[in-house]
Amino acid sequence: MTAATAPHDHFWLTFRRSLAGKVLLTPKGGVAGAYLLVLVLIALTAPWITPYPFDQQALPLANRPPSLANWLGTDEFGRDVLSRIMYGARTSLSVSVTAISVSVLVGMALGAAAGYFGGMFDRGVTAAVDLSWSFPEILIALILVAIIGPGLHSTMLAIAIAYLAQFTRLTRAQIMGLKGETYIEATLSLGASHGHVVFRHLMPNALAPVIVCGMLATGDAIILEATLGFFGLGAQPPVPSWGAMMSSGSALIFTAPWIIVFPGLAVAITVVMINLFGDALIRALDIRANLREG
Amino acid sequence: MALLTVENLGIDIHGIRPLDGVSFSVDKGEILGIVGESGSGKSLTALSVIGLLPLIGGRILRGSIRFDGIDLATLPEAEFRRLRGRRIAFITQNPMTSLDPVMRIGAQIDQVSMLHLGLDARAAQARSIEIMAQLRIPEAATIYHHFPHQLSGGMKQRIVIAMALAADPDLIIADEPTTALDVTIQAQIVDLLVELVRERDVALILITHDMGVVAQTCDRVVVLYAGRVAESDAVAAIFERPRHPYTRALIGCIPRDETAHGNLTGIPGAVPSVAHYPAGCRFHPRCPRRGAPCDHIVPVSAAMDGGLFACHFPENSGVAR
Repeated sequence: MTAATAPHDHFWLTFRRSLAGKVLLTPKGGVAGAYLLVLVLIALTAPWITPYPFDQQALPLANRPPSLANWLGTDEFGRDVLSRIMYGARTSLSVSVTAISVSVLVGMALGAAAGYFGGMFDRGVTAAVDLSWSFPEILIALILVAIIGPGLHSTMLAIAIAYLAQFTRLTRAQIMGLKGETYIEATLSLGASHGHVVFRHLMPNALAPVIVCGMLATGDAIILEATLGFFGLGAQPPVPSWGAMMSSGSALIFTAPWIIVFPGLAVAITVVMINLFGDALIRALDIRANLREG
Repeated sequence: MALLTVENLGIDIHGIRPLDGVSFSVDKGEILGIVGESGSGKSLTALSVIGLLPLIGGRILRGSIRFDGIDLATLPEAEFRRLRGRRIAFITQNPMTSLDPVMRIGAQIDQVSMLHLGLDARAAQARSIEIMAQLRIPEAATIYHHFPHQLSGGMKQRIVIAMALAADPDLIIADEPTTALDVTIQAQIVDLLVELVRERDVALILITHDMGVVAQTCDRVVVLYAGRVAESDAVAAIFERPRHPYTRALIGCIPRDETAHGNLTGIPGAVPSVAHYPAGCRFHPRCPRRGAPCDHIVPVSAAMDGGLFACHFPENSGVAR
């Protein structure tokens, strides 16, 4: 009996001590993690699992309230709201995750170079960061989309640039704190190059807060993407996006409130869940303790 | 010709000059102690030799550092980097903070031999585990996969030493390698270092503020005070007849058996800060033997019986006070 359960116990213990375990075994992290997992699965498999095609119009069935046939009702063209929300998850997640990933990568590179080497480059980067920091992200994104033109790719680019300052600044601060550590001096004294020090030692040590910040920014990016979509600057019809759905539903808010309410709920719940997951991540990574120890 | 010869070294850090005319040499199979209180310039001397002064905004102002025929004072950084870790290794002060907390310790030792000896990952691992075993790290193959926070201080210091040894250097500079450790572990680490020097025929510069450690381990010793060499000599000679009053005072600070029933001896006052070095002999405000010339004339280095000292009124030399 004991011999048979031993491998299972070992796996369980390992999982409980791992980062994933520390996040997912808390109430917050577990609920949020499960929700996000389901959402990602829906986004990935939307073409096969939606009850109706997202663009199937049926004008006689327009503006129907939720029913057994259309769980979340139909919109002004008779399209199934649930199917469109499921497709909208694709747009929302892909845009925000791609944009924030690009933003994190570029921001870390800029911030690390500025923090480690200092000098003129650092001053230039800091000036640019401070400048963009003084505008709200939404304004930066709007200006950029206005310049590049609306569409999925320009939305991604605009969001990526809007959040760049945040990650650059965070990474720079982390690297500046870490580069005085004895192990950096020790590594240099053993003949390591600056590149080795930055990529193998400084970046991994600076990673935890940046990951959490990236996680929380992904939630903000979903709102930003929905906002741009609401203004018709994001994904172009007929590609469904939560923001665009709310925009079209806003005209019918009193006659067919489900058209605007359900995509709005999707945005709200997703953002709350991402933030809960971020909270759980902060605890699991013990970031504040890390910062305290330097 | 000794392996490393430092002559008349002076450095500048943002306009202040914390080292002024430091000279010493060390050869293979030899342990040189550099002693002095905090602020006497010990660590800066080490940083100068390893070429990391620019890291704290410093530069070499004058003097030469010759290592095996190479002038390190003028060596370009790119070439210096190939020397660092490969031929000159550095053991930092605090093992608690000298290891990257998010990297497995094995990987940290591996990177040195991969960088300098061109070993592949597998060969580097075998080499690291072998070195760890030589340093009497129990279950080296298991510890190899540990993270630094899983090890004790003494064990971490062994890992730091293993990193220093990974590329088989000719010169090791250990900057207060035992200061942060428990007393019981200190002796073990010091013994380990001594053993390394004797077995591998490397040169070791042991930086410490503990004359007791010097007496047990070193062959020769340089006593630094406020960025200048107060005295240098063979260890036996310096303990037998210290010439500089500062050396005597340092020796007086070693706790002895009779100390158990009295007070520990100290040296009154503190090392002056770099910005306020006194004129003349920099030790004169704290010196029990000071006389007329001490506060305005810098004592020149005098040689006697193989040792060097810089004092107007040296002890044990027949000069009357």
